[in-house]
Amino acid sequence: MKILVCLSNVPDTTSKINFTDNDTKFDTTGVQFVINPNDEFGLTRAMWFKEKQGATVHVATVGEASTEPTIRKALAIGADEAIRVNAFPEDGFFVAEQLAEIAKKGNYDLIIAGRESIDYNGGMVPGIMATLLEMNFVNTCISLEVDGNNATAIREIDGGKEKISTTLPLIIGGQKGLVAESDLRIPNMRGIMMARKKKLSVVEPISAPKATKDIKFEKPAPKGQVKLVDANNLDELINLLHNEAKAI
Amino acid sequence: MSVLVYTEFENGKFKKNAHEVASYAYEVASKMGTTVTAVAINANSPESLGDYGVTKVINVQNEDLKTFNAKAYANTIAQVSAKENATIIILSSSADTKFLAPMLTAQLKAGYVPNVVAAPESTSPFQVKRTVFSNKGFAITQLDTDVKIIGVSNNAFGSVENKTDATVEDFAPDLAEEAFTTKSIEIDKVVGKATIADADIVVSGGRGLKGPENWGMIEELAEVLGAATACSKPVSDLGWRPHGEHVGQTGKPVASNLYIAIGISGAIQHLAGVSASKVKVVINTDPEAPFFKAADYGVVGDAFEVVPQLIEKLKEFKAQNA
Ligand SMILES: Cc1cc2nc3c(=O)[nH]c(=O)nc-3n(C[C@H](O)[C@H](O)[C@H](O)COP(=O)(O)OP(=O)(O)OC[C@H]3O[C@@H](n4cnc5c(N)ncnc54)[C@H](O)[C@@H]3O)c2cc1C
Ligand SMILES: Nc1ncnc2c1ncn2[C@@H]1O[C@H](COP(=O)(O)O)[C@@H](O)[C@H]1O
Repeated sequence: MKILVCLSNVPDTTSKINFTDNDTKFDTTGVQFVINPNDEFGLTRAMWFKEKQGATVHVATVGEASTEPTIRKALAIGADEAIRVNAFPEDGFFVAEQLAEIAKKGNYDLIIAGRESIDYNGGMVPGIMATLLEMNFVNTCISLEVDGNNATAIREIDGGKEKISTTLPLIIGGQKGLVAESDLRIPNMRGIMMARKKKLSVVEPISAPKATKDIKFEKPAPKGQVKLVDANNLDELINLLHNEAKAI
Repeated sequence: MSVLVYTEFENGKFKKNAHEVASYAYEVASKMGTTVTAVAINANSPESLGDYGVTKVINVQNEDLKTFNAKAYANTIAQVSAKENATIIILSSSADTKFLAPMLTAQLKAGYVPNVVAAPESTSPFQVKRTVFSNKGFAITQLDTDVKIIGVSNNAFGSVENKTDATVEDFAPDLAEEAFTTKSIEIDKVVGKATIADADIVVSGGRGLKGPENWGMIEELAEVLGAATACSKPVSDLGWRPHGEHVGQTGKPVASNLYIAIGISGAIQHLAGVSASKVKVVINTDPEAPFFKAADYGVVGDAFEVVPQLIEKLKEFKAQNA
């Protein structure tokens, strides 16, 4: 089985978010970039397929040269090969077109992407790719088993979960649950050394239209002071929630 | 060319978000001087959408669509969209709709902007406000494609009644076998209980509750309020609660009217996922817990004392206000 894991390079979850250039750009000053958490679960599941079922695992990212440490980390964790499409990932449709092109050339049986990137929260790249590539697609995927050409997936739905049976080629939008939190891997020295020798190809983007563009950014309005209610006066809390907040 | 809206129908009725997206579509249509057409799949009384400003309902009745199938549903909506020459399509943020949205986007070569929190700032050029960085910011995003798909955040716009008479037109989609190559084999879903996605109130517990045996009072509080239950990430990682209840940046987003956080410190990843809730209450023993900076109302106190009292007082309140 040949697997492609799509990695989005995002600010660490603890990052403070600021904008610059008259609020037209995300300010990356002092921001630490990491593998998108949803993709990290997918990458770890891909490692399982590699170790238990002999899969080959490639990773791909659409990003500028500054994203290479994130790709190297994936190689250090155990991916066999990496591809970087040398373009700034400004628009989900554009990114999906680039990754679909990589996927066509590589003839993958399984493509693992994430439910959403935690930066722009698009939640669209894998679904668009699935349609462009005419592959089966399961979103918000929390469990995936592959047996020959058949796949069984569980997806999270509002209020529960759904088990789905389908066939390869398949693409998933994965998330937490695909593997246990404790299975996530930190690259070790040997992995880091080996990663240096692995192939990282850089390809130029194909021409594809951009569907959307961000004109301006805003930060949420600062929050007012919390109103504290004495623990012995919960009637007051109920009163506030009913009469002031109109929430109950 | 009306504004097209996909209105979800489930368990014998239109979902709350169906009325919300219809209301949003009505607002967009009014700004553009046009009307709203809804597409509904296997719905009863489709004409009831007229209450929310819909003037025409494309009514799809199809046995093969009894169980949700993202591709088949996307194909159906794409066909309706083509028939109606729709250039603007309004969708909700439910798990099912977020599943079909990108497939619809690709089929229609559309632009898709999810997580939209307000009516368009401008319709020419078409610009909408959406959340980015998991609620830590907003972007004004412009769509330049012929077909524009807007995903409205849960509970951001609200339902607004606009009584109109809706005509109903039947439509039979042409669905090939390839639309059904993913098959639902089992659905495991709580019935009769509010879900995190569409509950007005969410009651959430954190590690401060010490263990799964103490969730009885959380569930009771939720029951009194008709709320959904949720939890912080470590609580689900420890197996105290099911993963589906984990909320936050890497879990489910919460955008309820009221969010009550009990024994939750308020880590940045937790807050990012719940901050879209309108009113936030925190109950925590530690007055320095970061959640107090993000909340509207706070009680510094021990959950094991505060929550049982709160349950009793809410029961009295409910009895008086019933
Ligand atoms: C990549 C990444 C992603 C993450 N994503 C998420 C996410 O999506 N969602 C999420 O929730 N977390 C997430 N986290 C974890 C997050 O950083 C925090 O560790 C977590 O939110 C803390 O959970 P907690 O508040 O339940 O526990 P704690 O931080 O341990 O807080 C417990 C709180 O309970 C209070 N308390 C103790 N006893 C009582 C009592 N008797 N009565 C009342 N209060 C009491 C304490 O004062 C304390 O404030 C993520 C972390 C990382 C690194
Ligand atoms: N620039 C990118 N490079 C590679 N994969 C990406 C990129 N952007 C998004 N993806 C993949 O698509 C998923 C969903 O992203 P998004 O649609 O941006 O929310 C991510 O979890 C990644 O797996």
